[in-house]
Amino acid sequence: MRIGVDVGGTNTDAALLSGDSIVATAKVATTEDITTGVFAAIQGAMSTGGTGSDEIERVMVGTTQFTNAFVQRRGLDEVAVVRLALPATASIPPLTGWPPDLSRAMGCHTYLAKGGYEYDGREISALDEGEIREIAKDIGERELRSVAISCPFATVCSAMEDLAAEIIAAELAGVAITKSSDIGSTGLLPRENAAIMNASLLSIGDDVVGSLVVALEKLGIRKPLYISQNDGTLMTAAHARRFPVLTFASGPTNSMRGAALLAQRQDAIVVDIGGTTSDIGVLEHGFPRQSAVAVELAGVRTNFRMPDLLSIGLGGGSRVQTGEELRIGPESVGYDLIRDALVFGGATLTATDVAVAFGYAEIGNRANVAHLDRSLLEECRSWIHTILSEGIDRVKTSAGDQPVILVGGGSCLINERLHGASDQIVPEHSEVANAIGAAIAQVGGEIDCVFGYEAVGRDAALAQAREEAIGRAVEAGAEADTVEVVSVEEVPLTYLPGGSVRVLVKAVGDLASVEV
Amino acid sequence: MRIGHSDIDDLARGAALLGSGGGGDPYIGALLLRAGLDVGSEARLLTLDQLADDSLVIPVAMMGAPTVMVEKFPNGAEAERVLGKLEEILGRRAEAVIAAEIGGGNALLPLTLGAQLDLPVVDGDGMGRAFPELDMVSWNVGGVSVSPLAMSDEHGNVVTIDGCSGAHAENLARHVVMAMGGMCVIALYPMTGRQVKESTVRGTISIALEIGRTIGEARDRGDDPFAALARTIDEAPHYGRLYDLTEGKIADIERTTQGGFATGRLRIDASGQEPLYIDFQNENLIAWRGAEPCAMVPDLICVLESDTAEPLTTEALKYGQRVHVVAIGAPSMLLSEAALRVMGPGRFGYDTPYRPLSELALNSRGVP
Repeated sequence: MRIGVDVGGTNTDAALLSGDSIVATAKVATTEDITTGVFAAIQGAMSTGGTGSDEIERVMVGTTQFTNAFVQRRGLDEVAVVRLALPATASIPPLTGWPPDLSRAMGCHTYLAKGGYEYDGREISALDEGEIREIAKDIGERELRSVAISCPFATVCSAMEDLAAEIIAAELAGVAITKSSDIGSTGLLPRENAAIMNASLLSIGDDVVGSLVVALEKLGIRKPLYISQNDGTLMTAAHARRFPVLTFASGPTNSMRGAALLAQRQDAIVVDIGGTTSDIGVLEHGFPRQSAVAVELAGVRTNFRMPDLLSIGLGGGSRVQTGEELRIGPESVGYDLIRDALVFGGATLTATDVAVAFGYAEIGNRANVAHLDRSLLEECRSWIHTILSEGIDRVKTSAGDQPVILVGGGSCLINERLHGASDQIVPEHSEVANAIGAAIAQVGGEIDCVFGYEAVGRDAALAQAREEAIGRAVEAGAEADTVEVVSVEEVPLTYLPGGSVRVLVKAVGDLASVEV
Repeated sequence: MRIGHSDIDDLARGAALLGSGGGGDPYIGALLLRAGLDVGSEARLLTLDQLADDSLVIPVAMMGAPTVMVEKFPNGAEAERVLGKLEEILGRRAEAVIAAEIGGGNALLPLTLGAQLDLPVVDGDGMGRAFPELDMVSWNVGGVSVSPLAMSDEHGNVVTIDGCSGAHAENLARHVVMAMGGMCVIALYPMTGRQVKESTVRGTISIALEIGRTIGEARDRGDDPFAALARTIDEAPHYGRLYDLTEGKIADIERTTQGGFATGRLRIDASGQEPLYIDFQNENLIAWRGAEPCAMVPDLICVLESDTAEPLTTEALKYGQRVHVVAIGAPSMLLSEAALRVMGPGRFGYDTPYRPLSELALNSRGVP
């Protein structure tokens, strides 16, 4: 049996699964120390399911803790940024384009040094070891504990980043180093940004992963712990400790993957209705459709694979504003729903009150909304359904109706089929879809490299890329038999002879059952 | 007119659209312009009427592979260096700079240099779009020589080419840019103000700015950005009408590398329609439905992200992306017989003669 856990800003959910069937679930409040909440949630699910800790094979955790820390600029480490590229790239130094308060939180310690590669692996300049030692000395004097290293075409060759990291590590014992080649794909700036963000999260990474480990120890679970990533695959706890930035946006991904399992659908539109917003995304072959355009996180440009979501300011706590024109949301009472909504004795008419007045949601005291004008309620009900129907229409790729899965606490707002839905499903356990998504996550491996097709041949190059991606998936914990290549992309380096082609491959497989 | 910080994002977006798939990463271009404006103040735009006939105007551009540019962007001193080199060769100072192409990052580079050196920038360019080769420029059609030209890399190396014609210079320069790691900054087609007036596509910086602003504002208001774009294009000078080709999903990208260029074919599937194919050589060349063309070079074929109307460069296209494809009638200057010989379908190896969008409209989705 396995346990999926979602550590959110408000709630910590756990779901106990045997194979793909749900044995028990639990929902508790998230605690400051994380450990207490995770302990309570897992214990709750285990006791409901009558399951002993020795029956748990593995634990998978999704968390928004890192995203929240970054968005709120809370507990971040200052980072020394070392870019190996001179004389190239001096026109755009590291941290360019960051929100000013965020680059200040990073400390603005940037170093440009000689180094870097051309697209074909030639050196822009040789690495100057003496220069790197000088930089290390300065980093030491500033008492910085976290370093991010970047280099043009580190995706083609990572040797310079590796050597610089070795030199800095030798000069500064115990300093943490994040290399851009370990994190991102093509695009120096987004890859460097990801490395800097990661470097700033390492202390929190230690805390969060450490708290999870303690919770499992207290529960007597001595099995591997995995953390979910932005694209719905898993990484080991040790990997998450080194690369906390990879957890960004795992929340919506897990909720969509959980919806797929709960509703037994591989291709559908998922509407996750929360307290303040509804996130609408598209499931393709059981995975969220990825965003096509560059993704900004907390105002910083990165190139992570992220689910493509449409967020609408409509949830269970959305305020109904009457007057000349009816409007529901985007203002919301949020977590104060249980105090402010009419059905809880408050004074604010919310979307939830509308659903309760009609009788299709059973929350709070229906008598509190019995006096409401029927035609106003009808108008509200129609408005909510119309807004979500329009959202569904915007994310759809084809004109035909598609199945729609509703998850999240606000799914009770909907009482009839939304326009564009061929089939509308509100699955059981939909309130813990996130935790379930974490429990069924897969592991993946990616490769992003430039090949000279005229020299190696296209077939050989693609075969090598596929093999390396599969190798990386297995290295990350996938069972070799189950690994499949899920995407292959070729991007020729335009304007260049020689048949230079950038090849990106991602392979994904089920988590191996052996202990890692 | 002046270009300031608040114009950058709109200008970059509009330039990415006019690039017809090419022109270089607009994000890097925008960051460079932002840095340039921090050094100087604002970039001054000159209309062609404000330009003296005997003034010296020098176009500057980044040359190379956009995929290299996103890894190895300039040191920052290259543009000033190549400009200085041409000034040295010609024995006089430039009175203004101008964009060689209004596509992507290359629309922004002259503004960056202009802000740094306090040199005015002529509002116009040599294509009204982007093209892959140095000779595919209205100034070449108008009889201006591409050389002397100067190229510089980030190390400070400078290579000059002189005394040869457009296509020959392109061949020599292509080898140099390879040796420079696939990216350099180039100054070329030095011209007098009179020559600029004779064969420049006028006002294209203003047009790009207007296009970018239209898309951004419509998006912010929650209006349909495509409808707003169509209205802006229809009102813009030079350009023909905007035709809606398709909205669908990228179902296949077939690419081969021939003669040092990325040639290939994109397939876009949409429900209830025959798939749309787009041939490209760095920039988008011809859009087909079955065996019938529905838009062809030098008319612009632009691929935009479906929800946001953000223009996508050719190298950024991926399997599975939801896109909206539009075609825009090329500036009339590109449609003369002489121009079509240099930048029409025949120049890219197609047997089919150029036919305007109005004639091909029946093959497009329907009413323009």
